[in-house]
Amino acid sequence: MSSTLLSGNEAVARGAWEAGARIGVGYPGTPSTETLQAFSAMPDVYAEWAPNEKVALEVAAGASFAGGRALVAMKHVGLNVAADPLFTLAYTGVRGGLVILVADDPGMHSSQNEQDSRNYAAFARVPMLEPSDSAEALAFTREAFTISEERDVPVLIRSTVRISHSKSLVTVGERVPSGAIGEYKSNPAKWVMMPAMAKARRLDLDRRISALAEFAETTPLNRAEYRSTAVGVVCSGVCYQHVREGVPDASTLKLGMTFPLPKNLLAEFARHVSVVHVVEEADDYLERSLRAMGVDVVPLAVPVAGELSPGLIRDAFGLPRPALREPDDSLPPRPPLMCAGCPHRPVFDALRKTRAVVTGDIGCYTLGALRPLSAMDSCVDMGASIGMAHGAALVGSIDDRPLVAVIGDSTFAHSGIGGLMNTVYNGGSGTILILDNRITAMTGHQGNPFNGITLQNRPAHEVELEALVRALGGSRVRVENPHDLAAVKAAIAEETASPELSVIIFRAPCALLVREKGDPYAVDDELCTKCGACIKLGCPAIGKEQLTSRAFIDVALCVGCGQCVQVCKYDAITHVGPACDFMGADTQ
Amino acid sequence: MSITTVMLCGVGGQGTILAADLLAKVAAASGLQVKLSEVHGMSQRGGSVDTVVKFGSEVFSPVTDPGMVDHLVAFELIEAMRRIHFVKPEGRLLVNPRAIQPLPVLTGDLSAPTGLTAILGDEGAIFIDADELACEAGSPKSANVVLMGALSYGLEFDTQLWRDVIAGRVPSKTIEDNLRAFELGRQACQRGECTL
Repeated sequence: MSSTLLSGNEAVARGAWEAGARIGVGYPGTPSTETLQAFSAMPDVYAEWAPNEKVALEVAAGASFAGGRALVAMKHVGLNVAADPLFTLAYTGVRGGLVILVADDPGMHSSQNEQDSRNYAAFARVPMLEPSDSAEALAFTREAFTISEERDVPVLIRSTVRISHSKSLVTVGERVPSGAIGEYKSNPAKWVMMPAMAKARRLDLDRRISALAEFAETTPLNRAEYRSTAVGVVCSGVCYQHVREGVPDASTLKLGMTFPLPKNLLAEFARHVSVVHVVEEADDYLERSLRAMGVDVVPLAVPVAGELSPGLIRDAFGLPRPALREPDDSLPPRPPLMCAGCPHRPVFDALRKTRAVVTGDIGCYTLGALRPLSAMDSCVDMGASIGMAHGAALVGSIDDRPLVAVIGDSTFAHSGIGGLMNTVYNGGSGTILILDNRITAMTGHQGNPFNGITLQNRPAHEVELEALVRALGGSRVRVENPHDLAAVKAAIAEETASPELSVIIFRAPCALLVREKGDPYAVDDELCTKCGACIKLGCPAIGKEQLTSRAFIDVALCVGCGQCVQVCKYDAITHVGPACDFMGADTQ
Repeated sequence: MSITTVMLCGVGGQGTILAADLLAKVAAASGLQVKLSEVHGMSQRGGSVDTVVKFGSEVFSPVTDPGMVDHLVAFELIEAMRRIHFVKPEGRLLVNPRAIQPLPVLTGDLSAPTGLTAILGDEGAIFIDADELACEAGSPKSANVVLMGALSYGLEFDTQLWRDVIAGRVPSKTIEDNLRAFELGRQACQRGECTL
């Protein structure tokens, strides 16, 4: 037993390993990604990335069905994709323990919405545990496997970004041996969810959840802490920590299990304090549930959207905060941007120039929507680009502009294939660009079916993208190098002019995968005509001098990709030496 | 119950996460409770980022609020200005004075902010040219460790502990460069040296 600093994600992985989980499956998504990566590095486990969260949960369900303990990890919007198996797995229950980590993103640091997964627990009627730090993330995950196997249910663990991506000290333990699940016996009444069997399992689920509601009354997962009798706060997850810091005198009912809720414990807590408040992020799940149970919750004026903090909670309680200097709103914002050398950049530069209407998708390339590239018109969910392009085309031409869908390799594997099949099947047209940068980049470089890299580096099949597109009936397919700007422009011009459905695969590795950097470039002041063509690429290494309006290149940021050289009509961009020389330092 | 709050801010990709990890490990190895909060994902692509490390006898929330930060370590000049309202009146401000202009400035949509070093200097900022010291240490990528060296001078942790944590955390080929970077940052701060 030793104490170590772990993130919430790492602690969930450790907890699953200690609980004897042997199988881990997921799809990368911030803030959940490191969970499966940490699990995959444990001894005696099998872990894999699935193409999407639905497949991941089904793989884990199969492992559970066969008697193995399995961990599944995904972000909140991933649970939408996995919702189909989730709702029915509540009916079937499990054999081996089945635990699903779902990581929510209040504040939308890296997500398209702020949905609250606690609603899924109540909706699907699957028990949910909510740790408030890394130590609890480990302990609750172990407990989740126990609950799952003893009570024949899958268990959800809800994390949020401040649990998943916060590190705190954890005492790690030993691994328990996988319990004896017993010999496999075919059990259609439990596992074949056709109506006759499902009707019985639905009633059985009611019994299992009723029993869990009784368990919730006494489990140490839920804990009343009495301090001041004037004010009591019901809270869970990281909000508990914010409350403890912001209003240290308040009594707290800390809910480690947020479905099903402990009705009697809540009523008892309400009797012990004069006023009951709820502090929660993303949605008013607890407040609504408590009111439905007859608890008289006094609303607090905390922001309904975004993340909370101890200070925001103090504000809601009318408590003083340090006299504040105002934030400086005059500063230029710093939005995220595509890296120097990113192979996506020339594609969006060309799309802007062709005035295409672009249905976009989810990945680094969503940044193509921002200035100066400004070449994406929609982004909704994983895979939506292809279906939306087809739907938009059904309405008719938009100002005679070409209609283009843009999707990344991993996103295409996740949910784009069905969209393409639909467009082909229904005789749709338009142009689909698949930006194949050989990696799932935004979440920090994970493997996917189209690069054939697996989570534990096992030998694997690389699914051939162009063969798959052809097999689906997309007969007009071409592969281009996105760093060749003339080729990008020509390909987009030719394919958008074609009346047929066409697919262009732009294939070049993510700039962060390219280890050998080229020598940096510089702008020759004599030759620069201030035309701004290189500036419009939106490269972080290229800027416009404030006084002269000439372009300049920051040699420390330039990776020598040469994209800007191709847009400069005046040969004003040329090579210079390596970065440290330029800073006048001794590089030894 | 007193806790110390350190905020590291900069531009995604500058190494704030690794630096925060070093600090958190040093605090933990000193027997303190510690929480570290960082953000991954989209903002890491060149966006404005911050990482918070809180340590003391008991730490609850992993995040902080304006007016609550004891030490602000800014890896970049504009980001220092963006977070200055987080610093306590008696708080300490360590700033790498190099500006990385945000894209709206590079494209000419917005003008570059001016006079930041003067404003920050009036607030008592100590400027550490971390990029130059990192090159001097042998690796331009060690600017984050230079800043941890500078921070270490204002904290009560044992220097050897820092050195052990750095040696155990950075790639083995870069240990010597990073230890030199730490030392150069610490010395610069010790001299109270303003590099402007």
